[in-house]
Amino acid sequence: MRPYLATFRRDLRFAVRHGADTAVVLAFFVVAVVLFPLGIGPAAGTLAVIAPGVVWVAALLATLLSLDRLFAADFEDGTVDLFLTGRNSLLLIVLAKCAAHWLTTGLPLIALSPVLAAMLHLPAAGYVMLALGLLLGTPVLTLLGAVGAALVLGARRGGVLVAILVLPLYIPVLIFGVLSVDAVIHAADPWPHILLLGAALLAGLVIAPPAAVVALRSAAE
Amino acid sequence: MISLSVESLACVRGGRAVFGGLGFEAAGGDAIELRGPNGAGKSSLLRLLAGLLPPAAGAVVWTGGAETSRPALTYCGHRDPVKAWLTVREHLAWWRDLEGNGDIEAAAGAMGIAPLLEVAGGLLSAGQRRRLALTRLALAETPVWLLDEPAVSLDENGVALLTAMIGRHRARGGLIVVATHQAAGLPDARTVTLGHDAPDGAAVP
Repeated sequence: MRPYLATFRRDLRFAVRHGADTAVVLAFFVVAVVLFPLGIGPAAGTLAVIAPGVVWVAALLATLLSLDRLFAADFEDGTVDLFLTGRNSLLLIVLAKCAAHWLTTGLPLIALSPVLAAMLHLPAAGYVMLALGLLLGTPVLTLLGAVGAALVLGARRGGVLVAILVLPLYIPVLIFGVLSVDAVIHAADPWPHILLLGAALLAGLVIAPPAAVVALRSAAE
Repeated sequence: MISLSVESLACVRGGRAVFGGLGFEAAGGDAIELRGPNGAGKSSLLRLLAGLLPPAAGAVVWTGGAETSRPALTYCGHRDPVKAWLTVREHLAWWRDLEGNGDIEAAAGAMGIAPLLEVAGGLLSAGQRRRLALTRLALAETPVWLLDEPAVSLDENGVALLTAMIGRHRARGGLIVVATHQAAGLPDARTVTLGHDAPDGAAVP
C-alpha cells in the first residue's frame, strides 16, 4: 500500500502548497452560480426551479477546470514515465491520484453547495438530497475526468479538448443528480435516482482507472 | 545474473524508420554506451528497453531476472521529474516509498546533494535538479539502469560521482545502458553505435 499512500499524500501536499489552484476552482464554482440570478432576475420562484440544475452544471464545469492538474504536470516532467517503468500497479496509482483530486475538488464543492443553494432559494427539502447526490456524483466526475485528462496528454489545447471529451460523459450524472433533488422537492421518490448515481460510481470505479492507464501508456509512447 | 538480448530490433516513430536490425547482448556487470548523432534513436532505444515504446520489429529479451518479462529497472529520461513545490528530502522520501527501501541520507550523499535536503525543487539549478533525479538510482537499487544523457548539465564533480555510482552498481552485478555524447566514456564499456553508418548493422534498412 505504501507507494499508493505516498502518491496520495504527495498530491494532497500539492493541493495544500498550491492552495490557489483549489481556490480558483471554488471561486469559479461560486461565480458561475452567481451569474444566474444576475442573468434571469432575482424572482425566488424562478430561481428555486432552476437551483438544482444550476448547482450541478456549475459543479461539472468547476471539476472540468481542475482536471488538467491531475496528470499534465506529471506528464511534462517525466513522472508519468517513472510510474510506467516502476513496479507498482498503475491502476492503484491512478486511483490514488483520483482520490486526492476528489478530496481537494469534489469535497470542497459539496461543502459550498448549501450556501449556493440558499442563494438560489432552493426549497429546504432539497438540501440533503443535493449534498447526497453530489457526494455520489462528484467522484464519478473525477474518475471520468481522469480518463479525459489522460487522453489529451501531449495534445495542443488539451483543456478545450478535455471539455468536449468529458462533458458528454457527465450528462447521466447531471440528469440523475438533478432528478433526485427535483423528486424530493416535489415529494416524489428520489431513491431510484440516487441508486443510479451509486451505480454510476461503482461502474466508474471499475471502468475509468483501466481506461486512464491505457491512455497514459499511449501518451508516453 | 540478469542478461539482455536485443534481437533485430526496429523502431518506427511517426511513420519514419529510426533504426532497424539492431542487435546486441549484455549481461549483469556490463555497461553499454549508446552513441550516434542527434536523431539516431538513442532515446527511443532506451524507451524501448524500458517498455515505454513497443518495438516495430524484433524483440527485447530479458533473462535471469525474478520475472519472466521485464526486470526491475530504473529509467532516467532527459527530463528531471522534479517538482518546484517539494523539497529535496520530500522527493527522495516519495521515490523511496514508490520504488525502493534505500536510505535517503546515504543516497543524497552519493550524488553530493546532502546539503540541499531541505531546499525546494524550484530553487535548484539545472545541474542540482539533474543530481536529484539521478539520486533515484541510489534509492531504488534495481538491477537495470537505463540512463538518457545522464551527465547533461552536471559539473565535473557530479560526473565523477555518477561514474563512481555506476561503477559500484556494475560491481554488484547491475546492468547499465547509457546514451551519451561525452567523449570520455565509462571504463571498459561496450559501445553500440546507432545512425546511418553504424558498424553494428543498425542502419535504417
